Formats: sequence, C-alpha cells, structure tokens
Amino acid sequence: MQDTKEVKTEFKPKILAFCCNWCAYAGADLAGVSRFQMPTNVRVIRVMCSGRVPPELIIRALANGLDGVMVLGCHPGECHYSEGNYLTRRRAHVLKRLLDYIGIEPERFQLRWVSAAEGAKFSAVVKETTDKIKALGPNKWVDKK
Amino acid sequence: MAAPRIGIFICHCGTNIGGIVDVPQVVEYAKNLPYVVHAEANMYTCSEEGISSIKHAIKEYDLNRVVVASCTPRTHQPLFRNACADAGLNPYLFEFVNIREHCSWIHMKNRREATEKAKELVKMGVAKARWLDAQEEFESDVYPAAMVIGGGVAGMSAALNLANQGFEVHLVEKEPELGGRLLKLNRIFTINKDPSELVESIVKAVEGHSKIRLHMPAVVKAASGYIGNFDISVDEGGKEVSFKVGVIIVATGAQVLKPELYRYGELANVLTQLDLEQRLKDSELGEFQNVVMINCVGARIPERPYCSRVCCMTAIKNAALMKEINPEAKVYVLYRDLMTYGVEFEEYYRDAKEAGVRFIRYTPSNPPQVIGTEKVESVKVYDELMDMELELPCDLLVLATPLIANDDNEELSRMLKVPIGDGGFFLEAHVKLRPVEFAMDGIYVGGSCRWPADIRESIAQGYAAASEAAIPLRQGKVKVEAITATVDPKICKGCGTCALVCPFDAIELKESEIRGLEGKIVSEVNTALCKGCGLCAAACPNGAVQQRGFTDTQLLSMVNALSGKR
Repeated sequence: MQDTKEVKTEFKPKILAFCCNWCAYAGADLAGVSRFQMPTNVRVIRVMCSGRVPPELIIRALANGLDGVMVLGCHPGECHYSEGNYLTRRRAHVLKRLLDYIGIEPERFQLRWVSAAEGAKFSAVVKETTDKIKALGPNKWVDKK
Repeated sequence: MAAPRIGIFICHCGTNIGGIVDVPQVVEYAKNLPYVVHAEANMYTCSEEGISSIKHAIKEYDLNRVVVASCTPRTHQPLFRNACADAGLNPYLFEFVNIREHCSWIHMKNRREATEKAKELVKMGVAKARWLDAQEEFESDVYPAAMVIGGGVAGMSAALNLANQGFEVHLVEKEPELGGRLLKLNRIFTINKDPSELVESIVKAVEGHSKIRLHMPAVVKAASGYIGNFDISVDEGGKEVSFKVGVIIVATGAQVLKPELYRYGELANVLTQLDLEQRLKDSELGEFQNVVMINCVGARIPERPYCSRVCCMTAIKNAALMKEINPEAKVYVLYRDLMTYGVEFEEYYRDAKEAGVRFIRYTPSNPPQVIGTEKVESVKVYDELMDMELELPCDLLVLATPLIANDDNEELSRMLKVPIGDGGFFLEAHVKLRPVEFAMDGIYVGGSCRWPADIRESIAQGYAAASEAAIPLRQGKVKVEAITATVDPKICKGCGTCALVCPFDAIELKESEIRGLEGKIVSEVNTALCKGCGLCAAACPNGAVQQRGFTDTQLLSMVNALSGKR
C-alpha cells in the first residue's frame, strides 16, 4: 500500500556531502564558477580534511533518515595534511561492512576523490551519486527501526 | 555563556544569487530559525554598505553570532571575520554559508529547488553557529629567510627582490648555471636583443649579493613545517645541506614540448623553434631559401587544450629574423590563431608582415602535410581564408611547440603539499584574488611553472611573489587560524590514538599537571605544530579531542538540522 503511494510522488533524495577544504570544497567552488549544472539534492558541509569525518557521524546521518552521505577528499597522495585521506579510505572499508551489518545499503555511503581542479568531476560525482541513490529508493532504515 | 543571538545576512550578489534564489523568502525563513534575532538581505554583503550593515546590526541587536550566506569562505571568510572583529565580536563567532558556488550558480534552471536548498544550507549554518565559541589565534614566529626554487628569470627576480629588502635568501637551482630557459634563447621579442645582456646583469647581481646563498646544482629533497618555520634539506652536488626558512617561492619554470608530429626527429630539416634558436646562437644554421613555420604543434588539442601564449610571438620573431638574415628567402608562418595581445606585440606582428613574412591560416581538422623522404621538400597546406590547397617549397621546417609542465612538478607538489592543476602546472590559490600564492600558507609561485609566461611576465610574477612573501617576513609573526585541536584532560583516557594519527607529531602523551589530575597520562596538543586537520578529533574514541571550529557538536548539529532532527 505504502509503495503505491511512493511511486506517485517523485523521490527526491537528500544527500549530504562532507568536503575537505583544500580539494573537494575547492572543486565544488570551481564547479560553481564554471556554472556546471547539477541535481539539487546534495548539501555540502565543509571540513578541513576528509579524515575529520568520524564514521559515527555518517551513521548518524543515515540513521536520521538522510538518503545518502558522501565524503569527498583529495586524491590519494595529494592530501593537504599528507595522509588524512588514507585514514578516510581505511575507515570507509570498515564502515561499508558495518552499514551492511546493521541493515543500511552500503552504497548509500560514497567516498570519492575530487581535486581543486576537478570542477567537472565534482559535478559528475554529484550526478552519479544522485542517480545511484534514486535507484536505491528512500532510506527506510528509520522506518524499519 | 549568554544565550545565542544570531544575526544572518543573505547576499543577493547582484543577480548572481538573487536572480535565481528567492532571497526575500530565505530571509523570512531564516527569521524563524532558533536563536535568530535578526535577518536581512543585502545587495552585496561584501560591499562597504554590507559590511557596515553587519557592524551596525551587531550593536543594534546585541548579536553574539553572525552568519553570512553568500559566496565561498575560501575567498571571503577573512573579510567578514574582520567585520565582526571591528564591531567587537570575536571573529570566530562567524559562520559562512555558501549559496552561490554551491547553489545558485549550479542550479540556474531550477529556482524553486535552489531556493529550498538555500534555506536548508542556511538552516545548517545557523545550527552550527549556535555552538560556535570565541577563539584566540595563536601567534608564531617567522624565521627571517626565504627559499626560492628555480634560478631562472622569475626565481632570480624574486630572490633579488627579497635580498634587496634585507632578507636572507636560499636560491636552489638544479642546473649548474643560473639563467634557466633564457640561456637557450637567441633573441628576445619585442626588443630583438641578445638575452645574454639581460641574463648577465641579473646573474651578476644575484651571485654578488651578500644576502643570497646559492645552492647549485641542487635539488630540494625534503621540506617540512609550516609558514614561518620550514625545515629544508637539499642535495647539493651529492652533499646534503639543511637550512631553515620562513617562506618558499616556487619558480621552477617549464620545458618545451618535443613533438611526435610533422616527422620531427626523423627528418633533419625539421626543428622546433627552440632548436632553431640554438642553431642561430651557435651560428650553425647554414643556408636556407624556403622556410615554413607551423604554429600550435601539440597545443590546443584535446589532450593539451591550453594556449602556451609565448609561441606565436616566438614564431613571428624568428620568421622576421629569417627575412633579416636572407631577405630573398620565402618565409611562411602557418597558424591557427595568432596571439599578439597588447600594443607592442601587434606592432611586432605588423612589422613582420611588412618585412615579407607570409601568414597562412590552417585548420586543425585539415592540418599541414610534410612532403619529402630524406628531408622535407615541401609542405602542403589548405589555406582556409583563400579556400585552396597550396604546396609551399620548404628546406627548413620549424615547429612552434608549447611550454609544458616540468616532469618533477609532481614530486615537488607532494613535498611542499601544494596542488598542481591542468596540464601538470602548479595551481595558485585563486586565479584572480591570490594569483601568486598557494593555498598552503607561506608558499608562493611565479613564472612558467604556474602557466606559460614570457620574460616580462616572469619577472613581474617573481617580484609579485617576493612582495607577498615579504609580508610575513617583515611582520616577523604570523597568526595561525584557530582551528587547532584541543584535549579535555578530564575525558582523555590517554590511549594515544590521536598521537598515532597526527601527521605533524603535534600530540604527545604527558603526565597532566592540572590540579586534581596530577599524574594522569593525557594527550597534549602542541598548538604551534598543529595544522588543524582534525584527524585526531575523528579518531578519539570518547570525544576528548575536539577541533576548534569543527567540533563533534557543531558537525552533528548541521547533520541534525539537515535531517530535521534536533
């Protein structure tokens, strides 16, 4: 019953993106300066390094009902703080398994690398992730609980 | 602590934001957010009027938090923080919301959704603002010396500029001779002079300067530290030399592309412009009667889309010189577009035409063809303007190839933690607002390592980088943004995870000296070394370590605001 209702109204996922100040946030700025048009679903939170984002916060965001969370950082080897994104990468592997374990589709969490020069890539990542989350449908974890 | 009183300023940015986002609607929305006591729209919040409006509102409404929703903190945060400070509010009680780059500019066709998104972004900013704390900036000393990497014309200009201001300069050049690319040139456009005059005078000044310490031939092997306090190690002819500097200028230049086109390297009479200059310099060119030059060889193509800027003028210079050496010679320049910007360049081009150099426009879809087996005998070209194919006899084919990034840029970029952008060139902090600085404080950039530049531009950029670098050197102290880590010794269990993940060795486990906690092993942050990445805060298992301005509570409040939780 519920399902038929949802088919009628278009699903507009709400996606959070943590962007590191030096690469991804700058890449997002460049996408703006370049006027690359993209879906309106993503909201950015600026952090200094992708390694600042604790997994608990990502889980909290998804448990709160957000449909997707992205963490965007510098390419491996290009971290402003040398190795912050390596920590992010290691955490991401564990986090994906944990999400799967607790019943949240791991694809709702995306870790991607976007440099300060990659405005086009930022916009592509936003599009891809939005499409991916749309295909997954709304995050029902909250309802399940 | 007093209850939060948040004031929010929403910028139209002319039509940049206001033309897409319904700003008045966002203002009305913001008024009803928790702790917001004042919300207003500004045509330009960054203008004189906008800034005074912020200062006025802080007093009028007794604001203790300010939120501006406009462009990007990467360019405008200092301005608004200063406005707060001017009005007596701690600048760290300011929060930035980006509704231009991250909203209006990327959702130009969807006004309704852009407005909804702007509201949510504002809501998130306000949620964070309520948890902001006043912060004091940490001051650190600046070691009064500079390192300039690259002894070309840009690097030497920068080094001389700083040395003449009385600062000690370490100039690191990888070749055994100063002068860089200039040493290889035969003549300089537009003055048509031998560059050795120019080079010699600069080199003499550099070598004779008591404040300049030359490292040559030498390459930078390691660099660590931060603005005011870099530890450098260079390999100087097999010997390791270490020194300390406060600032770094990168001026490593570029290299000329050796093409795999037009049978370069296969036929003897195919040269690059640089090869031609070398032969002219060495008086080894020999006889010629029919010269063809091709421009944009390996440039402005999908894999290398940029214009190298110096090659058109180089071709014009050498074409005119060919006519000068042999007035009977036929000289053709095959071009796609001619970049002869500015007054003198255009005149120089006209002079070359008057001297008899013929310019023919070709199209990249129908490029010139080289005819000949042992050597080039002729060049076939479709003349776009005449709409006909020509066959030009040719005994000397000269290719204008672009400047490309140096191979060691990547290594240097990793070492200094500065970014490289398109084509492997170094990337400045902001193309307009901070053109000779890197985003990393205390490191500056100039000359062709940033983008192809001619001599005049390289010198100007060298000077510009030097004057930027002189600011912290002269002030002797720099303020470090108060986003460093803090530890609550009461909560800290002394596990040391934070110290383990810190890339800067800024955290140590120590016995606490705080009253009541004496002898407890806790983490302690050395603020002078902390760069504010926040890795430790994310790693701390019990929230004892926090990053100022990015605390767990602040980040969580933004997440909750977005997901509609409190």
